[in-house]
Amino acid sequence: MVNFELSSEQKEITDMAMKFARNEMMPKANEYDESGKLPMEILTKAWELGLVNTCIPPEYGGTGFTTLDSMIITEALAYGCLGMNTTLMANDLALLPITIAGNDEQKKRFLTPFTESYKLASFCLTEPGHGSDAAGIKTTIKEDGDHYVINGQKMWITNAGYADLFVIYCTTDPELKHKGISCIVLDDKNVEGLEIGAKEKKMGHKSSDTRAVTFNNVRIPKENLLGKLGEGWNIAKQTLDHSRPMVAASAVGGAQCALDHAVKYAKERVQFGKPIAKHQAIQMMVADMAMKIESARLLVHKAAWQLDQGETNTLLASYAKAYGADMFMEVATDAVQIFGGYGYSNEYPVEKIMRDAKLIQIYEGTSQIQRLVIAKEIFSRS
Amino acid sequence: MNIFVCIKQVPDTETKITPNGDGTYIETTSIKWIMNPYDEFAVEQALLTKQANSGSTVTVVRVGGVKDTETLRTALAMGADDAILVEADDNLDSFMTAKALKGAIEKSGNSADVIFTGKQAIDDDCLQVPQLLAGMLNLPSVSVVVGCEEAGGKFTLKREIEGGTLEVYEVNSPAIIACNKGINTPRYASLPGIMKAKRKPLAKHSLADVGVADSDRRVKYSNFQLPPEKPPGKKFDAMDEANQASIVAEVVGLLRTEAKAI
Repeated sequence: MVNFELSSEQKEITDMAMKFARNEMMPKANEYDESGKLPMEILTKAWELGLVNTCIPPEYGGTGFTTLDSMIITEALAYGCLGMNTTLMANDLALLPITIAGNDEQKKRFLTPFTESYKLASFCLTEPGHGSDAAGIKTTIKEDGDHYVINGQKMWITNAGYADLFVIYCTTDPELKHKGISCIVLDDKNVEGLEIGAKEKKMGHKSSDTRAVTFNNVRIPKENLLGKLGEGWNIAKQTLDHSRPMVAASAVGGAQCALDHAVKYAKERVQFGKPIAKHQAIQMMVADMAMKIESARLLVHKAAWQLDQGETNTLLASYAKAYGADMFMEVATDAVQIFGGYGYSNEYPVEKIMRDAKLIQIYEGTSQIQRLVIAKEIFSRS
Repeated sequence: MNIFVCIKQVPDTETKITPNGDGTYIETTSIKWIMNPYDEFAVEQALLTKQANSGSTVTVVRVGGVKDTETLRTALAMGADDAILVEADDNLDSFMTAKALKGAIEKSGNSADVIFTGKQAIDDDCLQVPQLLAGMLNLPSVSVVVGCEEAGGKFTLKREIEGGTLEVYEVNSPAIIACNKGINTPRYASLPGIMKAKRKPLAKHSLADVGVADSDRRVKYSNFQLPPEKPPGKKFDAMDEANQASIVAEVVGLLRTEAKAI
């Protein structure tokens, strides 16, 4: 019982999201890459059309998409611009812990405002000294009456400069490693002791807003804790099972865009008396690129499908993320190669895509960490 | 207000077109279909008219192939209330299409207060259906409309004519308005709109249901073919001053005898 055909509704979603990517995002992608500004107008329009926060359940004002639907949307938006997509996707990453572990009251209080107007949210896990080694985080959480007090610093936090809501991972005792981690929501950006750093200057995804966030005795009401103290690691893992295929979907979108540009260029560019598309050297590269993209897309769809079936997808999620990200880097590099000297110039779009591709191998678990997850799953089963 | 919109499904402009085996139409198996771009303006104008007249309904009508009904769903997702599909081959002529649209609109039981269409379809570029439909329904029609304002059932329409000049018409409802680019900016079908669209009514009729018979065909297509490939251009090297006079003479001669341009 295998069916690879998207439903007619999913095809319509694809068409609509691709139309948005081509008409609204692509024409402005370079401009925002150069200025590094947040394209608020485009992001708001995407929100108005229902392309953002796809993880919010219908009971709390969301549209009620399946995980697979959200992969299709992400692929299209990443086709339009990886940087803008990172801003949009970061919202899902931050809201997912709430949909996964929040109680009814928390879901109403935290999620509903995101369905009423366009707002940004930040997922705060990584710290200056703890990226891949996330279980070693040092940001602390301490009880004080009816509040928790948070102290510590987070690093590379997407959307931080504009966020109305922060999902913070912290620990009751760093010695406890993953067993000590908790997850709490800060929904007051004006709270005393919250310090948002300067915008980081990055290689790619330049329009997305990335900053350090520091908590100096930040007091958060106890009712903002997701789950119980010490359950944060499990919440983070479940969040990543959703978000990693999504990042992989963005790799597929970006790679497809790079391939489409390269194919078009190969048909126009004449060398040795014929379009380079007629040269086998180029044909080999294009065939490899297309195969890799479709393989990654299938992994993404299967990882999403597993979640929609109510199954655990940790292994597939890591397959998709590792393969998708590495595939994207290779495809983007080959696209630049097909463009030759022109590909290295920012006059042509593949230069930006290659810079953008690199981050996909790094954020939400590096390609190496994904392989560790995969190996651990395999050895624990055999 | 009962607002109708007639839309056509056409091959995507980026689709590669090939004639079918017997030359009676194009190969449709591998085509990606889209809503005729001029019809998107018609849908948008219908929705704007609805917004300005509370209690109005927008019914979208399409005659044609049944492989995909996606363009009707797209119109519903944009905000139309219901849809009618007249199932038929894709290669109907303009007369049959207009007659089928007339039959479908009449069969709906609602008398049209206004019918919006695109000014032409980008596949066969016939530019006939709105005018034929107006003739059959005995309604006034204005085409190539780039401005449309409605108040109290009276439409003030700006129509583009040669040289960029505008004609202004005042037309009382009911009327047929054929839209051109520039009249509005079509909205996107929102994702909640797409989810809602699948629950909106879509009525299906055969050609016979709407009173169209094979004998209504006025145009028979028999020999679709691709345009001949353009011969490569000729280059003349006139950098060398000594040869320039003779090259100019040669070019002028070829323009007369070969290109027959002068």
